[in-house]
Amino acid sequence: MKRSTFFAFVAPSLAMMLIFIAIPLVTVFWQSFNTTSTIYETVEVENCSPGFPDPVCTVETRDRPVLDANGDPVTETRFVGGAVYRELLAPDRVAAAFSAGGGGIRELLTIDFYKALRFTLTFTFVTLPLILVLGLAIAICVNNAVRSVRGPIIFVSLLPFIITPVIGALSIRWLFIGDGIMTAWLEALTGREIAMFAQGWTIEVLMLFYRVWHVAPFAFLIFYAGLQTMNQDTLESAIVDGASRWQRLRYVVIPHLMPLIVFVSLIHLMDSYRVFEEVIGFSSQAFRISLQWLTYDFLIPDQGGNRAISRASASSMLTMIGIVILLIPLLRRTWRDTRPRS
Amino acid sequence: MFLRSLALAATLALSTALPAAACEFTTDLPIKSLSAGFEAWKAVTGAMKECDPNFEASLDQEFAQKQPEAFAADPALYQIGGVANETLIPLLNAGTIRPLDDLVAKYGQNLKENQLIRVDGQIVAVAMMVNAQHLMYRTDVLESLGIAPPTTWDEVLAAAEKIKAAGAVPYPLGATTKTGWNLAMEFVNLFLGEGGAFFDDSGAATVNSPAGLATLETMQAMTPYMDPEFLVSDSTYVQQQFQQGKIAMANLWASRAGAMDDPAESQVVGKVAMAAAPKATPDGKPATTIWWDGIVIARNIPDEEAEAAFRLAMEGLSTRMVEANNDAAVWLIEGYQPTRLSEGVIASLQGGAPAYPASTRLALMHTALGNHLSDYLTGAASAEAVLQAVTDEYTTKATEAGLL
Repeated sequence: MKRSTFFAFVAPSLAMMLIFIAIPLVTVFWQSFNTTSTIYETVEVENCSPGFPDPVCTVETRDRPVLDANGDPVTETRFVGGAVYRELLAPDRVAAAFSAGGGGIRELLTIDFYKALRFTLTFTFVTLPLILVLGLAIAICVNNAVRSVRGPIIFVSLLPFIITPVIGALSIRWLFIGDGIMTAWLEALTGREIAMFAQGWTIEVLMLFYRVWHVAPFAFLIFYAGLQTMNQDTLESAIVDGASRWQRLRYVVIPHLMPLIVFVSLIHLMDSYRVFEEVIGFSSQAFRISLQWLTYDFLIPDQGGNRAISRASASSMLTMIGIVILLIPLLRRTWRDTRPRS
Repeated sequence: MFLRSLALAATLALSTALPAAACEFTTDLPIKSLSAGFEAWKAVTGAMKECDPNFEASLDQEFAQKQPEAFAADPALYQIGGVANETLIPLLNAGTIRPLDDLVAKYGQNLKENQLIRVDGQIVAVAMMVNAQHLMYRTDVLESLGIAPPTTWDEVLAAAEKIKAAGAVPYPLGATTKTGWNLAMEFVNLFLGEGGAFFDDSGAATVNSPAGLATLETMQAMTPYMDPEFLVSDSTYVQQQFQQGKIAMANLWASRAGAMDDPAESQVVGKVAMAAAPKATPDGKPATTIWWDGIVIARNIPDEEAEAAFRLAMEGLSTRMVEANNDAAVWLIEGYQPTRLSEGVIASLQGGAPAYPASTRLALMHTALGNHLSDYLTGAASAEAVLQAVTDEYTTKATEAGLL
């Protein structure tokens, strides 16, 4: 293809990427080094609000934003360097936690960022192997099932994947919260009082279970497709050589599926590091928060209209850096595999 | 729920079909409003619709997040806004609502002085109702155990102990302690009841104080009597616990009182009584804060439109509306007949409970409290450490916002 034709074809895509990915990224990066604040003046004002039967008036000092000629609040943006990141990562509190007399890990985990990081990493690394194993197991079972039942089985196992994540999380939450059906059933079974939402680890288990249940069908689908491309001759010659079922899986099937396993891992790492729906769906904020939720929390204005844009930007930059670090080993592997052999 | 909305829709449809004879003012300008979506707002916007066939009401639970942007637009996307103590602040700060003194003088003859929200001498909003968290209790449970209705938190805890010992209900106490805004609200109520002050003269946080520690202690003392899942318990959850007879006492929002006597949902009709919020100290004021809900008019609209919007709002806040919806809220409007269900709010008001002291600072403090208090209740951190974390977060945010 001629060079000019090539550029004509990719130009729209490049332009889109520049406008919708590169520019926002640079803006967010820049915002994380600046803070914007409103200029306030302190005034004494008399406020009246309803009482019974007469209104109550109080004199109080109030911070009133300074308004410009158009009646809009005056704001000031300052470059603060790494101050926002320092606020988020709290290096002095980390040092205090690990110095003599500090609370160690326990104290570290009371800092929001590390609390979120701890949960996010656990979530990512616990669900990953479970999803790979479960997805592969279902794929092999379906592949070995009688042809006539395959269709229905595939349909049923894909159902969790079709459900909107938040809806799925909410339904599982309602099964377990308070005297939900499942909790009542577990209580009857074990004969003891169970409160799934009264402590962190039970919620965490539910969240992990939910994610595995939700994503395993995706892994299954990919692996099942991969199994259809298996070379039957290789498998048959392995049988002739006397390979057991396990050996065939270990030395023939898995190497064949390896690029797909890397692919599923790649997608899953990216997705689960951005875990968010579970925190909302299970309303686990009191016990477990994730990095993505932290960004969201900074971004949502409180009832007084305040929001922390700079910290939200810094926290999303850190999330992105985290994902890149996680993906490096897998990307290196893919790169090695696709490189033309010399 | 579906039947109720259907009935409501039918009533609305019916009432719009009627000639607008009851209206003192009618218009066909396309006026729009944005407010919360609870019963009282449905009643008020319903009454407005009767007088303006082109009126459009957005009843939205997320109104607080939409309002600042919608009112900052020019022209504003809504003429009428529904606000409360706290949600008025961002609009006031951004200067996107207009002073109402002229309009009240011209068209507000039916308003009571008590309804006018004044900031720095100017009328900025017109209130229609008040709401507050106050004590609700099961009369049958307390009477059968010979407990007098508690008036202080110490008495509440003593009563809870007796109820627990008797095993009358699964959990003696309920509370709106969901992490975040709700939990922080409980703290604010108790803290002000203890006589605490959130800030010193320079605006620095002073929650890490004896009053703050006493407040946390009271909150901790409540937890053994509550459902162990209390950190996910919001107003609706507590309301349902009451309705299903699972709890005997709670400091719950007045706007939820009606649900206790709703035979379609409640198993305890007529058994729940309302009283003033318990005091934190024996000689203090009821430990609760008074909230009002009311209307504001946008700045960025033509004057004629503002005039029509205000007059239409007055139709919504009319005696005619209150007479048709007496039990939907504790109305401030002329013609309201207090009932058994409004006793709690009125007793709290008469006891001198303060209005929620909404300000930009307190909004930051409220969020910081909501983020950290649960660490103390779950035992992850000590009371001092939690209050210090709240102070730190507030300081960071206030500095960032330009308040310190």
